[in-house]
Amino acid sequence: MSTESYDELEEHKSNKSSDAVERIQSGFIHFKTHKYLKKPSLYNALAKSQNPKFLVFACSDSRVSPAHIVNFQPGEAFEIRNIANMVPLFDKTQHSGTGAAMEYPITKLNVENILVIGHSRCGGIEALMSIEDDAAPNKSIFIEDWVKIGTAAKNRIKQEFGDLSFEEQCTLCEKEAVNVTLANLLSYPFVRERVEKGKLALRGAHYDFVNGTFELWELDVKTTTAFTFS
Amino acid sequence: MLFVPCCRIFETPNFPFMASSSPTHLSLSLDPSSSSSSTSLLNLQTQRTIFGSKDFEKTHLRIPVSFRKKAVNLQMMASEKTPGLTQEATVDREDNTDVFDDMKQRFLAFKKHKYMDNLEHFKKLADAQAPKFLVIACADSRVCPSAILGFQPGDAFTVRNIANLVPSYESGPTETKAALEFSVNTLNVENILIIGHSRCGGIQALMSMQGEGDSRSFIHNWVKVGKKAKESTKAVASNLHFDHQCQHCEKASINHSLERLLGYPWIEEKVRKGSLSLHGGYYDFINCTFEKWTVDYGESRGKKEGSGIAVKNRSVW
Repeated sequence: MSTESYDELEEHKSNKSSDAVERIQSGFIHFKTHKYLKKPSLYNALAKSQNPKFLVFACSDSRVSPAHIVNFQPGEAFEIRNIANMVPLFDKTQHSGTGAAMEYPITKLNVENILVIGHSRCGGIEALMSIEDDAAPNKSIFIEDWVKIGTAAKNRIKQEFGDLSFEEQCTLCEKEAVNVTLANLLSYPFVRERVEKGKLALRGAHYDFVNGTFELWELDVKTTTAFTFS
Repeated sequence: MLFVPCCRIFETPNFPFMASSSPTHLSLSLDPSSSSSSTSLLNLQTQRTIFGSKDFEKTHLRIPVSFRKKAVNLQMMASEKTPGLTQEATVDREDNTDVFDDMKQRFLAFKKHKYMDNLEHFKKLADAQAPKFLVIACADSRVCPSAILGFQPGDAFTVRNIANLVPSYESGPTETKAALEFSVNTLNVENILIIGHSRCGGIQALMSMQGEGDSRSFIHNWVKVGKKAKESTKAVASNLHFDHQCQHCEKASINHSLERLLGYPWIEEKVRKGSLSLHGGYYDFINCTFEKWTVDYGESRGKKEGSGIAVKNRSVW
């Protein structure tokens, strides 16, 4: 490779990188000028401590930031984002990342709501639905290892809706996987005890950006008046 | 086809999750042996298949009385309250209806002000995403990357975990690794940005840990991923006040995570070829500043094994 084209390549690489940096710089300046400096008392209070009401699980997908779709402001939501917004079953020996991400907001910050947001055209769910049973694992080892948390959802959809198209099955699986996650949440002792006491609500949602809709549901646990037998 | 599950108390909810070939998965029964103290309890018996492939025998989940799902399709909902919802004095948390209404208002505002105004853009995004960034940020409610850096839908594939940590390729929990694999190999992002921040509870937990920490604690098991940063901090800053040590560790941890990124073969290859850049960022919300730097791959290669990375283009905004 000649010196000239090497330099050009270096410059091109550096341009792409500096474009990206400029992008985030202008984003930050905009935030500082229009948000931070306009509400000093809010941000000063937040700097000292956070008191979010929500713990949110959302997909890492670039199109589904909860800050956009439900306009969470700084301080409102503790947010975990991973592939296909999943929570594994309670297991001390693995997936400590998710466990840690729940233990802190629930036991220390005392959030009142957990919201799991699934979405349309989810690549993670598509990967889950594409895993061939009994096939040798392909090169996406990390992805497959992670998304198979949702296997119960996939099995249900394949069994009940096997006649539908792959796309339709994926859409159903996106919602079913949210339910699997909600059930998995209850396997964590610190979640269950708070849900039972009515201190924590579990909600599922599905954001469909193809049609511009948002579905929301809840596991509702409440107490009725007591009957005394004597 | 809109997914509208409906349910009433004591009936098996009409959910794909619940409905199945066998009569009911959820059997609800009043427990006559419950004490007279405060509330009557329902024994919720869940069966094995609900939890899929994991070996999970019958569990007894004692949940106060009604286990009921209700669904709200916000697109169709008018402003009337969800029917049949009652508030009991024993419920300490925020009013249910308020939260639903609140979510609805928020989403409709987004739809009106952002989605409908940019329909073309959203239709394109619906077909495919092509974000230029993979962002790894802390789950802290104060440091949402969309908020502080103005990322719009489609801009940044985002991973958020405690203390924005990246485990090493060879070991450690897999959640973050799956996201790395997808964003780098499938979406071909051009930049990875790891954002740390001030007053990070995760880093504080790491710095406060005694030895390997409590093995029963999820938090300890996770933040251990950052122990090299703790060691390097203690080596240079142990004479400082604890708060300053934590701040030092917050920044050191970003660099150690960046170094671990280079341990992923497919990431290193792309960085070497120049199609992927690695950046670190530090958001200080006490003073509202953002410091950022870029990994200098060429210089980093020249360094001894284990002595860290070289950086360039450092600036503070």
